[in-house]
Amino acid sequence: MTTASAPVLEIRDLSVSFPTETGTVSAVDGVSLDLAAGEIVGMVGESGCGKSVTAMSLAGLLPGSARVTGSVRLDGTQLVGARESALRRVRGREIAYIFQEPMTSLNPVLTVGRQIGEVLQVHERMSRRAARARAMELLTLVGIPSAAQRVDNYPHQLSGGMRQRVMIAMAVACGPKVLVADEPTTALDVTVQAGILQVLRDLRDRLGTSVLIITHDLSAVEYLADDIAVMYLGQLVETGSRERIFARPAHPYTQALLSAAPVADPVRQRHRQPVLLGDDLPSALDPPSGCRFRTRCPLAFDRCATEVPAQTAIGDGMAACHLVRPDGTGPDVRTADPSEVLS
Amino acid sequence: MARYLLTRAWQSALTLLLSTIVVFVGVRALPGDPALALAGEDRSPEALEAIRRHYGLDQPLPVQFAQYVERMAQGDFGVSIRTGTPVSSMLTTALPVTVELSVLAILIAAALGVGAGVLAAVRRGRPAEWLANGLALIGLSVPHFWLGLLAILYLSVATGLFPASGFVPILEDPVDNLHHIVLPAVILGTGLAAIIMRQTRSAMLDSLSSDYVRTAKAKGLRPRAVITRHALRNSLIVVVTVVGLQLGGLISGAVVTEQIFGLPGFGKMTIDAVFQRDYPVIQAVVLLTAAAYIVINFFVDLLYSVIDPRIRVTGDPA
Repeated sequence: MTTASAPVLEIRDLSVSFPTETGTVSAVDGVSLDLAAGEIVGMVGESGCGKSVTAMSLAGLLPGSARVTGSVRLDGTQLVGARESALRRVRGREIAYIFQEPMTSLNPVLTVGRQIGEVLQVHERMSRRAARARAMELLTLVGIPSAAQRVDNYPHQLSGGMRQRVMIAMAVACGPKVLVADEPTTALDVTVQAGILQVLRDLRDRLGTSVLIITHDLSAVEYLADDIAVMYLGQLVETGSRERIFARPAHPYTQALLSAAPVADPVRQRHRQPVLLGDDLPSALDPPSGCRFRTRCPLAFDRCATEVPAQTAIGDGMAACHLVRPDGTGPDVRTADPSEVLS
Repeated sequence: MARYLLTRAWQSALTLLLSTIVVFVGVRALPGDPALALAGEDRSPEALEAIRRHYGLDQPLPVQFAQYVERMAQGDFGVSIRTGTPVSSMLTTALPVTVELSVLAILIAAALGVGAGVLAAVRRGRPAEWLANGLALIGLSVPHFWLGLLAILYLSVATGLFPASGFVPILEDPVDNLHHIVLPAVILGTGLAAIIMRQTRSAMLDSLSSDYVRTAKAKGLRPRAVITRHALRNSLIVVVTVVGLQLGGLISGAVVTEQIFGLPGFGKMTIDAVFQRDYPVIQAVVLLTAAAYIVINFFVDLLYSVIDPRIRVTGDPA
């Protein structure tokens, strides 16, 4: 749950655009989000909605062509527009990353111990030997058995799940304040996914690390996240506590997203009807006017095309939809009859 | 690792034996009768018979081959038909020249090629890349011999910076030795440097956009560490492969370069032997070239397993 203390990571009006030959692609548009100490926030949305770009932009990891505006404050320090040397001191030490594909994200020609130790050598000025010893402890911390042997293994000698644990060990080596996990379980077997999520939650509990987990896997955020942020075409359309989002999603897109995820209860599952969204995600090169979701929203009406929906506060979060009433209630695309909503 | 080494060593030995057979049979399949060539004016059947008996040419081929291998194993490559000197002593004077020339050329080519390739990849789209690409194009398209002649013309004849030809053994005077050999080595290395540069550049561009480089950056490593420890180490796998494949070209390039710079090396010895149909020398030269190939390839494979742990551990080259 969101705590009252000042957020560790404060994202305000973050926008990222890429100039291309055919025009400027607005990949992220006005994202604002807080991450409190020890909090886990899940950012969900379809592929291509700008989740990963948001994640990469936090520590300035996007290619030089990206134009980033807005504000990202890590413990009060502004990261947007910060000098490269300042960002290097932050990366890996205060904000660390876990990526989707653990095979390709690890260097194939260096031992895992060396790759974990490298962070410690750079940021904590440890000797190579001390770093190796610490790497062994970290491997144990993330649940890798016989760390003394594994530390000298190369990535190809480890399973996918173990490799992802190595990535996590590498990320938490310097005790970062914020851990950004970009689709950490997507490339893994279902049986291994739960273990990885468990490790992330343990680390939060033990080290107090804040975690921003980016995924399209709703069951992952349901298991792990305190708060959820739903992204659509570069914008946040809804934020709120996990309980509220899963129980009473306010934005039609959130409702559609939830309706697509299977429910473990066979009786309930049988009576559910997923909301099918027509068309693919529109191009970020030329996003729809007004509400960006209107081209696929079953409840869209004329105002949606002309007016950008304001964010209606719901508890600690918000929803950006014309149909959400000030008390946070609104029609549900899963049950509502579009003709009634429009009248 | 030990098993991998053993397998590769065994393969190398087998290849060497096969090349010995090919050389042996090949030389005997050449048109012309060595006895006839040796006999000179006196072509009586008795004289020819005596010559054949003297050189063992009257024995059946398998016996000749066995004797040949036996003698070779003792370092005896026979006697030059033309000069009468033992081939082995000819080799001991010629080989060091060529080995030094080739090794120096490889070192120069590797240093220039890898350096320029990394620079071109890191400074993509900037003047440094255009310059490196332009130089590589020149290095690839301009033939050695012409470049060598130009170098002699401008750097030796006109300015006297380097000697135009000749050789001083390294043990006699190391400085003078280097002075004589550096220009030929640079000329010989240009083509290889260009190839290495292009391979390094493209391999580096791949590595620099890879996920593990993104990880390295996300760890807060300095650009130098990201480039050398992460991107370059992975790129070297490709580079070593290409260098290994190009070494054959280097050996033939050495023949031409030696001829131009008047270096008393292996190349000059080969050309002379071929023109004079000096069978024992040709035999030794071809066999040694084959052996050099095999040994070099063995070391390239070794180098692979040093660079790429995936080969080292499974004991199985991809």
